[in-house]
Amino acid sequence: MSAMLLALFLVFGQLSLMAVGGANAVVPEMLRMVVNEHGWMTAAEFTALFAIAQSAPGPNVLIASLVGWQMASLPGAAISLLGICGPSSVLSFYVARLWQRFRDYKLCHAIQRGFAPLSIGLVLGGAWLLAGIANTGWSAWLLCALSALIAWRTSLHPLWLLGAGAVAGLLGWV
Amino acid sequence: METHNIPTRRELFTGFFGIGIVGFGGVLPLVHHMLVLRKGWLTDAEFTELLGLGQILPGPNVVNLSVAVGGRFHGASGALLAFSGLLLAPFCIAMLLVSLYQQYRGLPALQQVLAGLAPAATGLIFGMGLRLAAKLERSSWCIALAVLTFVAIGLLHWPLLPLLLVMVPLAVTLAWHLQKEPT
Repeated sequence: MSAMLLALFLVFGQLSLMAVGGANAVVPEMLRMVVNEHGWMTAAEFTALFAIAQSAPGPNVLIASLVGWQMASLPGAAISLLGICGPSSVLSFYVARLWQRFRDYKLCHAIQRGFAPLSIGLVLGGAWLLAGIANTGWSAWLLCALSALIAWRTSLHPLWLLGAGAVAGLLGWV
Repeated sequence: METHNIPTRRELFTGFFGIGIVGFGGVLPLVHHMLVLRKGWLTDAEFTELLGLGQILPGPNVVNLSVAVGGRFHGASGALLAFSGLLLAPFCIAMLLVSLYQQYRGLPALQQVLAGLAPAATGLIFGMGLRLAAKLERSSWCIALAVLTFVAIGLLHWPLLPLLLVMVPLAVTLAWHLQKEPT
């Protein structure tokens, strides 16, 4: 049991430090390690867990905890989530602190101004990528565009838009 | 201009907890809504700055952002509270879902709700991106970099790591040489 917990922590800890751009960036690598390298489950089982993780609230790193749950129940789930979030969080805590201290330097101004457009490009590019998967028909594209427009132009709480989407789905409009 | 509401430790935890519990299909737009629009803990510019930091560092962007925001106001304990606030509820719900999954996986109503949730959630990300883009510096190099990144990720599906290795030095060099007079 404890050997399994250690193995889970090591696998997800590695993925944590590779996950530039978020958890979805390492899902293919996660599949390779979990299915091919360690043989913990089949690819079909992994895909089912991924779908559940996407439908749960919260950040999509939850896939790690679902794999951990499958392998070693609750302790496995907790260890895996810590594994995928821990190392990167410690890193970003210290980098953010250094950043606060040096942000008035000329180089930091350049980094900050240079990153702003990249950051926005990443957000919109990632959204475009997701839209291609989530929007299966014209009505879904319409819903997506309306949601984007309202979120952009108003300060309406996002939950209203998600609720509207859920209702539209339940009524079979999407 | 740079006026802030400073959250207490308790507010950090409950704020991020509230995001985790409702954040279906990705939580970044919810985090932006809470931090900037509702609570006023950060300005749009500061949000973009911390988000950018979270994006180039490895790890889930939202988790990185929560750690940076928590740490900024209350050091290590603030970071830990924001981090656990964000992850606690989703973790419990995911555990619940995975145990119910076998029973209800075939339920058509569930599939339909998800089919409507996903486009709405994606639209939220677009909305947030557009809002941040509207605040972006209006210089040609800035706009060119944003468009280039969007095309590479969204349309060409380039892998992220090599893209960042090229774009980050390029962006910083441009920003350095085209710097405004420091005040």
